[in-house]
Amino acid sequence: MAALNDWQERLEETALEPVRRTGRRFWAVVVTLVAIIGWGAYAYSVQLRDGLVVTGMRDRISWGLYIATFVFFIGISHAGTLISAILRVSNARWRTPVTRMAEFVTVVALICGASFVIIDLGRPDRLLNVFIYGRWQSPIIWDVLAITTYLTASVTYLFVPMIPDLALFRDRLADRSSRWRGWLYRTLAIGWHDRPAQRRSLGSAIGVLMILIIPIAVSVHTVVSWIFAMTMRVPWDSALFGAFFVAGAIFSGIAILIIVMAILRRAYHLEEYVTEKHFVYLGYLMAAFAAIMIYANISELLVHGYKLREGVEFHFRQLFLNEFAPLFWFYLLGGLVAPIVIALVPATRNVRGMVAAAILVTLAMWIERYFIVVTGLRVPLMPYEPASYAPTWVEWSLLAAGLAAFALLITVFTKIFPIIAVWEVAEDHEATAVDAGAAIPTGAIPAVDRPRLAEEGGR
Amino acid sequence: MFHDHPSDQRASADRTPGDSAAATPQASGSGFGRRGFLRVLGLGALSVVPLPLVSELIRGESGDAEAEPVHGQGAAARTRDGRIRQWTMIIDLRACDGCQSTGQPPRCTAACIEGHFAPEPMEWMQVFEADLAGGGTQFIPTPCQQCQNPPCVNVCPVAATFSTPEGTVLIDQERCIGCRICMAACPYDRRFFNWGNAPVPPEAFLADYSPEHQVPAKKGTVMKCDFCPDMARTGTLPYCVQGCPQNAIWYGDLEEDIATNGREIQSASRLLSESGAYRLKEDLGTEPRVHYIPGHGEAAGRDAFEPGRLPTEWPWMERAEGAVTWRR
Repeated sequence: MAALNDWQERLEETALEPVRRTGRRFWAVVVTLVAIIGWGAYAYSVQLRDGLVVTGMRDRISWGLYIATFVFFIGISHAGTLISAILRVSNARWRTPVTRMAEFVTVVALICGASFVIIDLGRPDRLLNVFIYGRWQSPIIWDVLAITTYLTASVTYLFVPMIPDLALFRDRLADRSSRWRGWLYRTLAIGWHDRPAQRRSLGSAIGVLMILIIPIAVSVHTVVSWIFAMTMRVPWDSALFGAFFVAGAIFSGIAILIIVMAILRRAYHLEEYVTEKHFVYLGYLMAAFAAIMIYANISELLVHGYKLREGVEFHFRQLFLNEFAPLFWFYLLGGLVAPIVIALVPATRNVRGMVAAAILVTLAMWIERYFIVVTGLRVPLMPYEPASYAPTWVEWSLLAAGLAAFALLITVFTKIFPIIAVWEVAEDHEATAVDAGAAIPTGAIPAVDRPRLAEEGGR
Repeated sequence: MFHDHPSDQRASADRTPGDSAAATPQASGSGFGRRGFLRVLGLGALSVVPLPLVSELIRGESGDAEAEPVHGQGAAARTRDGRIRQWTMIIDLRACDGCQSTGQPPRCTAACIEGHFAPEPMEWMQVFEADLAGGGTQFIPTPCQQCQNPPCVNVCPVAATFSTPEGTVLIDQERCIGCRICMAACPYDRRFFNWGNAPVPPEAFLADYSPEHQVPAKKGTVMKCDFCPDMARTGTLPYCVQGCPQNAIWYGDLEEDIATNGREIQSASRLLSESGAYRLKEDLGTEPRVHYIPGHGEAAGRDAFEPGRLPTEWPWMERAEGAVTWRR
């Protein structure tokens, strides 16, 4: 038991480390990110003053980089749901060290994504009209509904499994941290003292939440796709769109999670808990979703391309041969095929390979969102010359600011909240130790296929 | 902390008594944990009741928001026996030569721009040049199609664009939030956005704004052809009809079955049936109120193989102070 106690102590120390010590590098990162956000705020003030004329959007391509980024962010918000809810439901134990990070990503991405819709508005001063005059018939209202619901649900789903860890912070950091921290952890731990009844309540609360959040998450990105699919634009006129968007969302969500994991693992020395196994498993999942995306693309493109109805030929030419061809082929080959190859080849089946694949996927999926928006609008509706669209410095600045805000929020979160689900990791470690009937080497994570313990039910 | 506790007593014995008491003064027995979580869950579920419900609550006080009269919108025009007029437009492409014979840019577009102070580069009444199946071209003056199943009205989140009892589609620029989903939804490319401070002449600011006239233009909102119902009610034809030198554009009322091009009066239904009129993108099911009589300007003496029309001009540009323009 002494070994186990040591192990537990080390785990808690690792979890507490980011909160206890703040180095110069952290402040350098924060200052850089705040500077980028400040620049974005300046760009937005220019846009508020002069109107959307400072963007590259015009009547014929009336949505652009902002809406693409909105779709992208809502997409990566699916990281948390998938990793923690789906893997929790299927009781895949290897998930435990990464769930918390995934749930951070979800909440932060939702906040960033929603703000891009507001940035895109011509009259942000009339935002409240959405609540005063909202019509249920409009896909935009469905979106407001779905995103606010998902945000509430994912904040709850981030919070509830964190309660025991907040209690740990409350106890371990008592009198050793600033007053507001003490107050924060005391309040958020809502009187957790690890009693059996509390544990039972927590178990059933998590059980309810993880089931609830899956349909909510699926509905969110389906509804986002309906903003496009409910119009009569040829490239968007597809019943597959909802499923296609959800698959793409989970796909890009896994990629972002791998990148965030790699950064936090290095920054906070989590190598013992976030191991190569996690990267490889997530890489497998990503490859599986790449396969689903390939399937969805073939299905979508073949059904449209075979008949070649009005506008489809133009759309296919711009994607495969003309203006957008280089990046579209990158999306298909670099974003969808390459991750599968990287996961299959043993030589690249490691942290570095998976992170490289994740970066490819992230780039490709942002490009895909951009192309869905821009190429869809570019197909001419009447006899006129096809329009062109290129984002301006204002749009690029706001994209940079959005990504910086995403990074900053995650950075700040890691300094306040436990980035590792300490109690879940400990529980798994114990369960594994019991399973093996002896102490096992530190850092080993139980295999997925290990039989589920009866007492684990509901968690 | 969660490792290996043989019993609950051991777990609580691990903790310092002071800490425990300070954190949970009200904790008595194991019931607290459960209640605490139920409260958290309940609050979470409550806030899942989403924000858009707020609008329902607000509306509960003041009745149906969509039924509120829009500022400046007139009462629907009626026939003598009280039936609401159903405005329609019939464009005779046989008589439209794209104003090639006048040596000027299309006059319907020009008249519309002058009447509505439509900012550059908006051509609410735009003359497209389309290829004919056997070669050559035809000119298609295209106003808002005034759909009876309007995709733009369906998607608007705030009912800023709406169908009127007269069968037209209007935009309330005082409510529009500028999300532009209506522009994505319109299959006829008939919606225009005020990307910046639109160029309008000073006198435009004297006008009392109305969704039926849309003067002056408002930054960050969508505009389009309004079908001039305010003019029709006073017995005036829309600007484009007045401006057409070939009298190719007919305006009328399907309810009373009457249409005029400013020179003659005809039965609208007879004109439509006898000329084999069609509507744009009929297969979409949008049910437009704008009809076309097929042709390529032959009645105006145009040769179908002579393409091209002069570009539209905005006459007051030098008087529109501090304004910016943008390309379409």
